[in-house]
Amino acid sequence: MKRAARFVIFYAALFGLWTLLAELKIWPPYLFPTPWGVGEALYAGFQDHTYWIAIRVSMERVLIGYAISVVLGMILGLGVASNKFLEETMGGLLVSLQSLPSICWWPLALLWFGLNQNAILFVVVMGSLLSVTLAMEDGRKQMPKIFGQAGRNLGAKGFKLFWYVLLPASLPFIVSGLKQGWAFAWRSLITAEMLYLSLGLGQVLMMGRDLNDMSAVIAVMILIIALGYIVDGIVFKGMERHLQNKWGLTSAT
Amino acid sequence: MSTNVQKFSDQFPIPVEPGFDPRFPVHAGAPGGKVGPVSVGRVARPVSPGVSKVGLSEICLSYRTQKGERLLALDHINLQVRAGEFVCIVGPSGCGKSTLLHLIAGLHQQTSGQVLIDGKPVQGPGTDRIMIFQEHALFPWLTVGQNVEFGMKMKGVPKAEREEKTRYYLKLVHLAKFEKSYIHQLSGGMRQRVAIARALATEPDVLLMDEPFAALDAQTRDLLHDELERIWSETGRTIIFVTHNVREAIRLGDRVVLMTFRPGRVKSEFLVDLPRPRHLEDPDVARTAREILDELREEINRSLEAEYKEGVRPHVETDVEGEVRV
Repeated sequence: MKRAARFVIFYAALFGLWTLLAELKIWPPYLFPTPWGVGEALYAGFQDHTYWIAIRVSMERVLIGYAISVVLGMILGLGVASNKFLEETMGGLLVSLQSLPSICWWPLALLWFGLNQNAILFVVVMGSLLSVTLAMEDGRKQMPKIFGQAGRNLGAKGFKLFWYVLLPASLPFIVSGLKQGWAFAWRSLITAEMLYLSLGLGQVLMMGRDLNDMSAVIAVMILIIALGYIVDGIVFKGMERHLQNKWGLTSAT
Repeated sequence: MSTNVQKFSDQFPIPVEPGFDPRFPVHAGAPGGKVGPVSVGRVARPVSPGVSKVGLSEICLSYRTQKGERLLALDHINLQVRAGEFVCIVGPSGCGKSTLLHLIAGLHQQTSGQVLIDGKPVQGPGTDRIMIFQEHALFPWLTVGQNVEFGMKMKGVPKAEREEKTRYYLKLVHLAKFEKSYIHQLSGGMRQRVAIARALATEPDVLLMDEPFAALDAQTRDLLHDELERIWSETGRTIIFVTHNVREAIRLGDRVVLMTFRPGRVKSEFLVDLPRPRHLEDPDVARTAREILDELREEINRSLEAEYKEGVRPHVETDVEGEVRV
């Protein structure tokens, strides 16, 4: 109850301040829109299907890119975790590559794939692959060894050992990495879409700028935040809760 | 000296079972010769294959420490276990008794020597030998039933048969009601019963138990001793049971094998022919435990000296149950 009250007070204050600043007209309305201006832009965007199409296109891209990252990242992470040579050589490279913003791959992607969907996917994959790889590597190391031993002892080997034992055993340790990978994938996608006219949310955002329509820009920003948050809150929170229930881990909060 | 426990060398006329020749115990120096009770591991006489369910012949294991020294962990271990026998291995911590189980399970590879099952050398893990670990080896992402089912699923047993057997083995360990529970919802004793059911469900010939009850409280352990003994007599499995608790070994074992501290060798073996069911607090069990403990103490002292030298200051006591705590 108290928490809800704080929540309401905070957002009421935030909206109040926003409205106040907008109403004072310190800046022209096309640079600093009112909350209801943004609301109208949102409504209009959904009315003429622009936002629906943008959301569908962007979600499709991020899901494909993220899926590729997860599969590749798990293979890479497992490889690095279970091979001393790879760990010593590639391990360091992976960590240092993580300091490279994924959009830096954009020029390469353009030359390699041309100005199309694949270039965007490439940037998305590069953005999230490292998080997933490092998470998987770490998870494989943190995972109690006894699970692998018990699994092999009970007759699991090869892919079965990975799928039925190593993967589920390391899940609680990699779920935060998977979550981070998702966040990076989402950011990389929007960045790439802003650089390339391509129907996605990033492009709609840039369209707002071109039209000097700050209401539309903020409306799309809210959409991007909301979508990222919903996936995080539904998919990953759900996964964490599910794991905690199964394993009997208590929630950190 | 108790009449209930005797060194192999003192007691030749033990009941002869097919495939087991008591006159040539594993560590006999020479056929018919007088058998020395101590440091008998080195002079083992090879036993013809096919004789025992589990045969360890001249097992050595050495590994490199981080400083680069070569450390001998297991030194020419010889041991024969008959089908249906309950053998307990006792020794101070660090003697390699758990490692020995891992070798039998095929989870590790010995440096030299052979592990034989029915006379055939072991190559990697197999579901004919299932290990029961001290704790935390059940899969927390699966329900109790799915844990028990796991080995059968890996083997490709059809679903209907799996379900039936899972129910059967859960009933055997009195956990039928908990099939749908997750592991963290069970007590320590229940978990180890699930582990036993999971191991039995793959229908192994040999159960390898690595201090399975060490983390349990005394009452739970007593109950599980009874249950294990019952399951053993009902299923006729061969059991190799590692423990550092001498009384537990005598409570359960047909034979107790005492190992030395680093490198691990078989120091001596004791036949326990006390009538079953036994209890931890039986005077006979206690007396027998004393005798074995006297021999074990020497090894414990060696292990302690080594630990002191390594800069660790262990807290040591030998409690009344004959459990050595370091």
